[in-house]
Amino acid sequence: MAENQDAAADDQPLLIADRLSKAYGRLTACRDVSFALYPGEVLAIVGESGSGKTTLLQLLSAQLVPNAGCVSYRMRDGVTRDLAALGEAERRFLFRTDWGYVHQDPAQGLRMAVSAGANVGERLMAVGWNHYGRIRDTASSWLERVEIDVGRIDDAPRTYSGGMRQRLQIARNLVTEPRLVFMDEPTGGLDVSVQARLLDLMRNLVSELGLAAIVVTHDLAVARLLSHRVMVMKGGRVIETGLTDQVLDDPREPYTQLLVSSILPA
Amino acid sequence: MTAMIEISNAEKTFVMHLQDGIELPVVRGVSFRVEPGECVVLSGPSGAGKSSILKMIFGNYRCDGGRIGIRHEGVQIDLAKAEPRQILSVRRATIGYVSQFLRAVPRVATSDVVAEPLIVNGVARAEARERAGQLLRRLNIPERLWALPPSTFSGGEQQRVNIARGFISDLPILLLDEPTASLDAANRAVVVELIEQKKRAGVAMAAIVHDDEIRHLIADRIVDVTSFAAAA
Amino acid sequence: MNAPAYNFAYLDEQTKRMIRRAILKAIAIPGYQVPFASREMPMPYGWGTGGVQVTAAILGPNDVLKVIDQGSDDTTNAISIRKFFAKTAGVATTTATADATVIQTRHRIPEAPLHGGQVLVYQVPIPEPLRFLEPRETETRRMHALGEYGLIHVKLYEDIARFGHIATSYAYPVKVNARYVMDPSPTPKFDNPKMDNCPALQLFGAGREKRIYAIPPHTSVLSLDFEDHPFTRYRFDAPCALCGAEDSYLDEIVTDDRGGRMFVCSDTDYCETRQSSGHRGSENAAPHKERAHG
Repeated sequence: MAENQDAAADDQPLLIADRLSKAYGRLTACRDVSFALYPGEVLAIVGESGSGKTTLLQLLSAQLVPNAGCVSYRMRDGVTRDLAALGEAERRFLFRTDWGYVHQDPAQGLRMAVSAGANVGERLMAVGWNHYGRIRDTASSWLERVEIDVGRIDDAPRTYSGGMRQRLQIARNLVTEPRLVFMDEPTGGLDVSVQARLLDLMRNLVSELGLAAIVVTHDLAVARLLSHRVMVMKGGRVIETGLTDQVLDDPREPYTQLLVSSILPA
Repeated sequence: MTAMIEISNAEKTFVMHLQDGIELPVVRGVSFRVEPGECVVLSGPSGAGKSSILKMIFGNYRCDGGRIGIRHEGVQIDLAKAEPRQILSVRRATIGYVSQFLRAVPRVATSDVVAEPLIVNGVARAEARERAGQLLRRLNIPERLWALPPSTFSGGEQQRVNIARGFISDLPILLLDEPTASLDAANRAVVVELIEQKKRAGVAMAAIVHDDEIRHLIADRIVDVTSFAAAA
Repeated sequence: MNAPAYNFAYLDEQTKRMIRRAILKAIAIPGYQVPFASREMPMPYGWGTGGVQVTAAILGPNDVLKVIDQGSDDTTNAISIRKFFAKTAGVATTTATADATVIQTRHRIPEAPLHGGQVLVYQVPIPEPLRFLEPRETETRRMHALGEYGLIHVKLYEDIARFGHIATSYAYPVKVNARYVMDPSPTPKFDNPKMDNCPALQLFGAGREKRIYAIPPHTSVLSLDFEDHPFTRYRFDAPCALCGAEDSYLDEIVTDDRGGRMFVCSDTDYCETRQSSGHRGSENAAPHKERAHG
């Protein structure tokens, strides 16, 4: 019963990008990008620095206004709406509840001087939770899920290691059970063993929660491990797109072949 | 009519842009079908494109022409033209792929690696683990290893974990890429048994096996890939 | 005679009009921080420049002014501001809460109930209740505008996590008229309930931060809390050593270097009024006996 409902909902895109373009003066950072993202789908946007992937992520998450094109999103009530037509309050509410945004630098996504528990609890308090005990219990269970010792719940993230901060940032984003999470180089700046643990954790959470995610990364290994689909960007354009293993094992475009061939063998 | 796999005139060419755009034709005119309960073995010397064909059927390699018909949830769809979403759905509900190498995910316990395809399709975790245990036991993976991630195992053990993961599902199509390479005689026999079981369950299989003895044991039909050779 | 050296109440009339406009807007939008063009005053920031400008803008020749600093009428700050207006506006001054029409205060609300027609002017150092959690002014203004107040509970959460209870004991955040979250200036939270449904007009002036805000008479002022950690008042558990009051906010006074201390009313007018009507605390009753034994 519930499954049928889900199946029906899964048939409609969650987010639709329609001919998005963005220029900074003469420099076109993003040109004519269109795609649809479905519930539970993880899309990786890959490309080198300056290829326009971060600009695209900001356009998709309504942090930048496109020069042309639009982004629409299917809200929790099932109605698909143009993000540009949402009021600021609605947009910010979406950001706090139905969306997550994981920054490359956890200091941008966390309150570094506030305890881990409050960092996770903030989004709950923002949607009206008003019971300290319940907020704390929920925060504890999320710390456990992201493998942070619950004994550190009252410590501020500035006392955490880089990997822990990133996991805390993920918990802070997921606590309101968003349906879509944007991630900007989520493993950037972490050393390799820490990256592996984080990727594994994200992979599990994404599949357990049925999250849709858009992950910007220059690291093809991240794309392979996390994503179902890949978009390869170069010079602000999407030059190749497809199933992740298809694009990585059978790249067609010269640039994609170059990217794939540049990976050091594991 | 009821074929699970129906390929006609499929072709694949690699264009190597990093080598001045050399074109490497792999196969062309690939046409064959696999019925339910049938195991079709692809034969031919190495480099003839056997693995490429399996990968095309799995949607891992893109198809440059022709048609790859797959019976998915009662209807035939052309995988050569399918949307990524459809291919994912086919992989979840219809086609399993047993490769030679396990792409191990770090830190996941062996029993969970094996059980995952069932869990993804909605089988309860406990039942999935139970069935994973049965298969691992049959494939002679000692129980003390089940809780460990397979990335630390020997090559042969990893391959058996991979086989268990491939055979655990109830998918109607299985693609087997050298499932018995580097296995000892006892474990090879287990794999042959597993394939027999799948046939009885009506699973359509396409396989690559180099071992002549095994090939005779499992093949219902042999498709010679050299006839699809596209070498210019 | 010479023209007076100052305009009435020191500020020029244009400035007073500008401040009154800000005050009117603040009254119209209870709890909302209205920016105003704060002037340089002949005293340093932190000494009540915001409160003084508000007082100057509302003072008329018939007003009776009382000034308190932490409840006391006779500390330097209170006396100098009182003298400032006595000199520049020539208004009557008093220390009696009930007789005053305008009361400028630093960090206390008098114990005696205020009545209609009175105006309480608070000196405010930092008007933004979200400031220490969110440093960006653009962001806090947006949060106020959209009523996004999850963050203010983060502060209370942190208190409970660290101390087991809401340990914020002054500048305790309140929600005014069920809309704006407001910093009541560093008054002890003991005074918070007095703000709620108060018959007097309450005006807040922050000179350095250039903000004015207000609570009109009879407006709801709710102290924020959690369901399982409700707001509580706090006072030292002792009677006033001078007047014996058990319901007033107390100051702790260290009397020697061996740990001796006593508690006395922070509101000097309240304490003296009680003493003059015969109430006695432990320190007041004892001296004769002690002398007799000494």
